[in-house]
This record gives sequence, structure tokens and C-alpha cells, in this order.
Amino acid sequence: MRPFTYSRASSPAEAAAEVARTPGAKFIAGGTNLLDLMKLEIEVPTHLVDVGHLGLDKIEATPDGGLRIGALVTNSDAASDARVRRDYGVLSRAIVAGASGQLRNKATTAGNLLQRTRCPYFYDTNQPCNKRQPGSGCAAIGGYSRQLGIIGTSDKCIATYPGDMAVAMRVLDTTVETVNPAGQTRSIPMADFHRLWGETPQIETALAPGEMITAVTLPKPLGGTHIYHKVRDRASYAYALVSVAAVIQRDGSGQVAIGGIAPKPWRVASADAAMASGSKPVAAALLAGAKPTHDNAYKVPLVERTLAAVMAEAKA
Amino acid sequence: MKFDTPAGQNPIDQLKVVGRATDRIDGPLKTTGTAPYAYERHDVVPNQAYGYILGAAIAKGRIRSMDVASAKAASGVLGIVSALDYPPLPKSKMNIATLFGGPVVEHYHQAIALVVAETFEQARAAAAMIHVDYTRAPGKFDLEALAPTAPLEPADSGEGSKAPKIDRFGDFDGAFASAPVKLDQHYTTPGHSHSMMEPFASIAAWNGDKLTVWTSNQMIAWAKRDLATTLSMSPDNLRIDSPFIGGGFGGKLFVRVDMPLAALGAKLVGRPVKIAMQRPLITNNATHRPATIQRIRIGTDRAGNITAIAHESTSGNLPDGKPETAVAQTKLLYAGANRMTLMRLAVMDLPEGNAMRAPGEAPGLMALEMAMDEMAEKLGMDPIEFRIINDTQVDPEKPERKFSQRQLVQCLRDGAQRFGWNARKAKPASVRDGQWLVGMGVAAGFRNNMLTKSGARVLLDGKGIVTVETDMTDIGTGTYTIIAQTAAEMMGVGLDKVVVKLGDSDFPASSGSGGQWGANNSTAGVYAACVKLREQVAQKLGFNATDVEFADGHVRSGNRSRPLGDAAKSATLSAEDFIEYGDLGKEYQQSTFAGHFVEVGVNAYTGETRIRRMLAVCAAGRILNPKSARSQVIGAMTMGAGAALMEELAVDKRFGFFVNHDLASYEVPVHADIPHQEVVFLDEVDPISSPMKAKGVGELGICGVAAAVANAVYNATGVRVRDYPVTLDKHLAKLPVIA
Repeated sequence: MRPFTYSRASSPAEAAAEVARTPGAKFIAGGTNLLDLMKLEIEVPTHLVDVGHLGLDKIEATPDGGLRIGALVTNSDAASDARVRRDYGVLSRAIVAGASGQLRNKATTAGNLLQRTRCPYFYDTNQPCNKRQPGSGCAAIGGYSRQLGIIGTSDKCIATYPGDMAVAMRVLDTTVETVNPAGQTRSIPMADFHRLWGETPQIETALAPGEMITAVTLPKPLGGTHIYHKVRDRASYAYALVSVAAVIQRDGSGQVAIGGIAPKPWRVASADAAMASGSKPVAAALLAGAKPTHDNAYKVPLVERTLAAVMAEAKA
Repeated sequence: MKFDTPAGQNPIDQLKVVGRATDRIDGPLKTTGTAPYAYERHDVVPNQAYGYILGAAIAKGRIRSMDVASAKAASGVLGIVSALDYPPLPKSKMNIATLFGGPVVEHYHQAIALVVAETFEQARAAAAMIHVDYTRAPGKFDLEALAPTAPLEPADSGEGSKAPKIDRFGDFDGAFASAPVKLDQHYTTPGHSHSMMEPFASIAAWNGDKLTVWTSNQMIAWAKRDLATTLSMSPDNLRIDSPFIGGGFGGKLFVRVDMPLAALGAKLVGRPVKIAMQRPLITNNATHRPATIQRIRIGTDRAGNITAIAHESTSGNLPDGKPETAVAQTKLLYAGANRMTLMRLAVMDLPEGNAMRAPGEAPGLMALEMAMDEMAEKLGMDPIEFRIINDTQVDPEKPERKFSQRQLVQCLRDGAQRFGWNARKAKPASVRDGQWLVGMGVAAGFRNNMLTKSGARVLLDGKGIVTVETDMTDIGTGTYTIIAQTAAEMMGVGLDKVVVKLGDSDFPASSGSGGQWGANNSTAGVYAACVKLREQVAQKLGFNATDVEFADGHVRSGNRSRPLGDAAKSATLSAEDFIEYGDLGKEYQQSTFAGHFVEVGVNAYTGETRIRRMLAVCAAGRILNPKSARSQVIGAMTMGAGAALMEELAVDKRFGFFVNHDLASYEVPVHADIPHQEVVFLDEVDPISSPMKAKGVGELGICGVAAAVANAVYNATGVRVRDYPVTLDKHLAKLPVIA
């Protein structure tokens, strides 16, 4: 870990401005991912701006019947909120499918969205990694890739976005609210929030330098059956090999997003449209153009089979 | 005391304390966080500085240059121990890879520098500033590619498991060729990491030419001998202290680099130095259970009697390393007139392979007990009955050698009844519970009982307090408690009158902890010392030693009775002895046995396997403390579940290292993976083993478990996966079609 300075911001806009004007600065909230990465010198911020005391820890109803979850609401609080559990069950289930109770008590909504990949080569600073050191190459391509991406990857990076919460947020058409260093706010649809790696895998989100997440907003409830099905080798405390977040109506229609396979929660409009037709056409629409490796080719049938499990559960 | 005739009646047989389920006497220290583990021994020596290890970034090659200037100048840095400033440290008897020194890199994350600083954070930050230039050399990292040309190699794991490079008995080839029913299959097991909670950790302090190392190590006498070799110093000037160990599983049998580096760092900076090996370094820096490729052939007559059995295993290791003795149990577990085993060893450049919990048997039974399941199915027999008809009460290669005790059949029958085995459907994939395919599996567990010299000193003071001193270790196994039980039984006092001091090389040398030999041998050594102390007590009190009785804190002879402490009123009594063994171990085969039963659910859609329940029925001599023995077995069963379903050191065959080198990516079972476990110990005393009539259980508990899980998966799915771990990707495509 490299030495760094630390300050506490007095407002979201001021925090954004401080990060924007300080080279190498980062926001810190729960620190459950950032601090680990700093110890390994995968992240080397020169300055941390603590945003943990800015009052962004509330869950409030919105005028149009949705729910606004503050950026600093902990994962535990979000998952256990009665409104989240009642109206957005897929989100509550996705959150508790991740990490451990201790981590969820500390981890925040915004931090969870920004967690970085768990590619083992990203974690080993002896190995080339275009995400960690742009231009150094990708050790994962041709290496051990059982956990890694099958779609939306590039020849620069085959890592995945590892989280669960964002997959549910994607299926719920959540928007991400931000403030920039000039104090201007904007809403970013989840569809646009995480980027595909392309030529610049080090750039992972649509956030501009210094732009800070203040909240996420859930639109009004969709009804239907909410399912989050996470597939993993052990029963707890493991990242998804594949996960399916789905909201399914009585007639079989609905929407679906997939985790564990791509740089972002993976959702395709034509797959949603095919929901009533069964897992095979939905999987085909989701995975058109997939480029799995030898190690992770199993994820292709696994997506279809997990979708089938979810559809069967929705019917039951 | 020499143990060379079967044990007769002795004071242990009273079973007033021994054999009773007893809470750990060190439990309160552990549950209150006050048990002194190596890295937290802040009180033993003042002014401790912190060391941080830098691991090599390549798997094979040379260090061309190492620039330590900026690290040296960094805040708080006291000194840097660079591999380029030292010749290679001499290798001890137990080490395969060079621990430290010189420009040659033998494996990934080999220690190449130690930064010593005022704080841990300063040491870590400075270590990242060291710039190293390497010349990479090509290495051999692919066992599968090397296996066809790997030469034959014998091995003795030193842990109770050994086999010659090739072993023939009868005419295997002829018998196998003519067998009406036969199986010829390959199985693979991956490398495993010990993944103990407490990392390798040491504090070293010099006083002139005398060195004290507070560390975490299973074998104190070996550590003293081997660290002296490594540092080219006299063992007389060295003291090792390791009273508490947060898990070892074989990884801490040997001196690892934390010990010599702490000593070199302390010498360099003139202050005590403490080191805890960073978690991401442990996997590739230290040892692991090597991967194996195994071939098993079994031939039977139509009734299922084995007529031919052969087991071959290929593993890899660094130059001068040993093969994994995965074939060893196949020499002893089942009957059969024609037998063959062989082992091949590929020289590789991956990190050092060495002992991990039940070396040999653990991976060997993963293959053998799956082969037995497959063979039973070919024969149309129940897999328990197939094992039972092939039971042997003698060493199949030396029929004059009987097993001292062998209750494998009883383990299997008793377990079958308790587990409800008769509800198992022999036809795979025939039980469904919602989304889950349900199956049951069984396997035999087998592990030898090792006899090894073990010493202790027992003191008695005027208050009747009995103090045991031995360099024996408690690696979480419950040693403190069984030693206290032994001394209490022998001296006729309650556990509250016994103090146990362990892990200090100034105490008499013991068996140490490994190969499941610790419990029986270390308590037998305490027994021997107590026999001497009893004689001293009798003599002091003027009692006739032959009819003296020790009970209730008193010593009785005829109608005379005196408090035990009276014998030590004028001066503390001290008795020291050790147990050593005659030829009973050669006359009899001493082994431990288990029947492992597992029920799993396999998700019909996703192929995920979740264990539903596990049962182990064990026969392992006298169980000294049923409570801690049960803990040993349930922990071992959990490790077996990991081996079956998730544990695998993933090799990067290009760069030559284990990629998943932290606890996030090397998955071991969590609580949610292990819903229900039951352990049963059959009544057994083994007078051939020692005066304690006990044997080991800590490794028996893992032996066979993974195969029982994998056999249950097969019974659930009808898809046989012969490459461990049995992860969903390996059977997904063959699972029943789902809508």
C-alpha cells in the first residue's frame, strides 16, 4: 500500500470537485473492495475523499411510485428494507447472494456498483493486465479462464463484472444518479453505466473524472415474480459462475439479466421479448456472438439451464 | 519405556478420565482470543520490527539484478535481506526447494527479499518499491504432458504411506487378462492447498549467538534440527517455541521461509523481527498436495472376488522431490492374489509438493474408492457388499501379518444401517426432489497407524499439581486435553490438577503432530513418564510400588493412604521418559478404518452439487477424547468435501504457477456447504498399538470422503466424473435434458 492523504468531504459536489482537482484521488465509502486492492497496490490512490458522512444513506419513495436508494445505504440495509423486499424482491435476493453478512454491513450501494473484477490475473501484480496496466497485455487470454467472460469481452480483456446487486438493478431498469465537480446532476441508465472493455478495459463505467454517485433510483414496481438464481461451486461466499435476475409475469413475459458472463450485467431486448417462449430462445438471444474460452465454454449451456430453472420456479 | 509386547491391563484402562468426552482445557484461551499464537507474541521480547516477504515474479530463471535503493530509503525501513546478498541456504533433510538465497529462482513466489521496517505497513510499502530484473528460463509445468515419459520412483511419505517404485505380487497381468469382469480407468486429482487459517508466522530474536524463534510449527524437534541446518548453526544455540498453532494440515511439518528470514532479518537489523507470510504468497511459496494422474485396473470373478488389482500413479515435483504415494493403500485395503502398484515421478518446476493431511491415501482413495464403486456396478453388486466380500484380515502380500484390529466390515455395516443405505436406488438418476437429483455414495476409509518415539517430563509439586512438559504440539487437534487426561488418569487426579506445557524445544522431544501419529504416541510418552513418576512417589512415601493405587488425589497401599502432594512436600518430583517401540509394528499391520456415507443433491438444471448429509463410522483403537476426536473427523470430512467438489490449484501452464493463490479464489467449503455431519466411533481397543491402546483419527477422517461424495453424485446423476473436483462444468452436458 502506498502512502495517501485523506479528507472528509462536506457535500457531494464538494467531494466531486476535490476528487476532480486532485490527481490520483478516489472516493472512499465502505472500502470493502478499494482497501483490499490498495494493500496489493492494484489501486494506488494518492488521496482519498471520504463520502461516508454526507447523508446519502436514506431510502425514500419517489413521486412516481419508485424508490430512491442513497449511495451510502449499506447492502444490508438495502436488502432488508421492507419496501425493497416487497416490491423489488430480485434486488434484495441478489444483494444477500453476495459476499458475507459482515461485508454487506460495511459495503455501500455505490461501492457495490463500482467493485472491480475478480479476474485472478488482475489480482496478481506480477502478471500483465490491460486493466491494471494499460498496454501491458492480458495474461488471462490463453490462461486460466474458468470464471471469466464469454460475451462483450475484447482481445484486450476477458474479465467480468463480478457483482450481484447490479444484475438485479439492470433487470429493474434502475438509474444511477450522479453529481459532477461543477455541481450538475444527471441520471445514467444502468444499461449505460458499465462499459464493455473494448480497447480500454481500464475504463469501466460511464462516470466522468470526479463524477460521484449520489443514489440509485428504482422505477415503480413491476409486480410479477422476482427471482435471483446464482450458480456457484460452493453454497456461499463465492462469485457467480452465472447468475440470472428475472422478473416474470403470470403470462410468462418478463425481463431478464445475466451476471458472471460479461463486463456488465448482460441484458438484451430481444431476449426479454422471447421470455414467454422458454429458455432456449432467450438464451440464444442473450448469447448471440458469445466467444467463450475452452475453460468457460460451459457457461453457454449453463445460462440456458439456469434460465430454465428460473422459469420453472416462476411457474411453480 | 520400550513397548514390545501387547499392552496388558494398565491404569489407563480405568477410563475415569481418558475416553470421556472432555472440553478442551485450552478452550477458554481460544474463545477469549488470549491463546498466544506466533505473530501475536508481543510480550516475549521487546522492540519487535516487522518483516515483509517479496516473492519471485517468475517460476524459473535467474535474478539478473535487484534494485533495493528506494526501498532502503523508504520511511521506516530498517534493512533489506536480499537473496543476492546470501548464498543459497543449506537445504535441510525435509526441504525440497531452496528456501532462500542466491540468484536462482526454482519456483514462483520463492522468497527473494525481506524488508524489515518499524511497521508492517512500511515494510509492505517498501517491498513494492524493489525492482527486480529476471532472466526467465523455460520450465515444465504440465503434468499431463510429462506423464507418459515420467520415470518410476519409490517414495516413503514419512507419514505412514510408502510404496516401492514397482511392486508385484502374484501374476497381475495374467490374472487381469483372464478375469471375466474387469475395469481399467484413469482418474485425476488436482493439487490442493493446506489453506490453514493461521499463516506461516515467526518472531526471531538473537542473544549473542543464541537464537529464539517463536513460531507456528507441527514438529518442534524437526524444526530445531532443520533450522539449525538452514542457518548453519548449532542446534544447541537454538530454541523453538510453538505452544499454539492455528492449523497446519502438514504444511507446517517443515521449516518454511518465515523462520530463517526472521532470523536473518533480526541479525541484520539487530532487533527481533516478526513475519507473517502474506496470504497470496502461501500457495506458491510453501508446499501443496501434488496433483496425480492415476490408473486403476481391477479384475474379479463373476461372484465379485478380486483376482487382480493394480494401481498406478504419476505425480510431479521439483528436482529431488518425491512422488505422492497415492498407491500405498492399495497394497493393503482389499484381498486379491495378484497385485501390482507403481509410481512415476515427473520432474517439474511448479512449487514444492509435500505432505498434506493423509498424503498418499487422501488422493489415492479418491481414485481407488471410485473404481470400487464402478466395479460394483459392473458386477451388479451393492458397493458395500462388494467391499465386504473383498475384506482381508491379513496383509495381502504377507498373509502371516495380521491386522492388529480391522473392523472395516463393521464400519460399513453399522454405517449402512444408521444412514438408511437400504433406501438407496442402485440405478443412478432415479431419485428426484424438486429441482434436485438425489444420490447416496459410500467409500471405505483407510489410514495407517504410525509408531514413533515420543518423550515427556512430568513434575509433581507439594500441592499435588501435576505438570507435563513435552515439545508435542496442539495444531487444533486437542492435544492439550488428551495429554492432561492421560496424566490425570495415571496420577489419580482431576483435570483441574494438571498443567500441560507444549511446543517448547527445551522440553523433551515428542512425536510431534503429523500423519495422525500425535495422539497415540505423545500420550504414550506421557504414560511412560508417569509410570516413572508413580515409582518415585511410591518410593518417597515408602509404599510398595507393586500394589500402590493412585486415585482421588491420594496414593493408597494396603490400608495406608496419603495425599499425592505429600510425596513432593520437600522438593518437586520430576520424571522423564519416552515411549519407543519394538517389533510389534512389523509383526502386525496397524491401520485405522472408516465407512464414509454421503447423500448429495445435484441441481438438475445447473449441475451444482450440494451435500445433504454425511456419516463417518470409524474404528481407530481407543478414542481418548470422543469430543475432540469427533471434531477432528468432522473437520477432515469437510476437507474431503472440498476435495470432492471445489478444491483445485489451477495451474497456469505457460507461466508456471498456481493462479488461484488466495482464499477468495481457492475455494474451501463454508458452513453452508456442510449441512449435517455425524461421526460414530466403534468400540475398539488396540493393545498392539501402545499402552494407550489408541490410534489416530485426524487423517482417517478425510480418507475416502471425496470418493463417497463423488459416488453419491454419480448415483444422483448417472454421469461419472473421474477428474476431481466434481464441478458442474464436468457433467452439465450429460445431465438429463430439462424443459
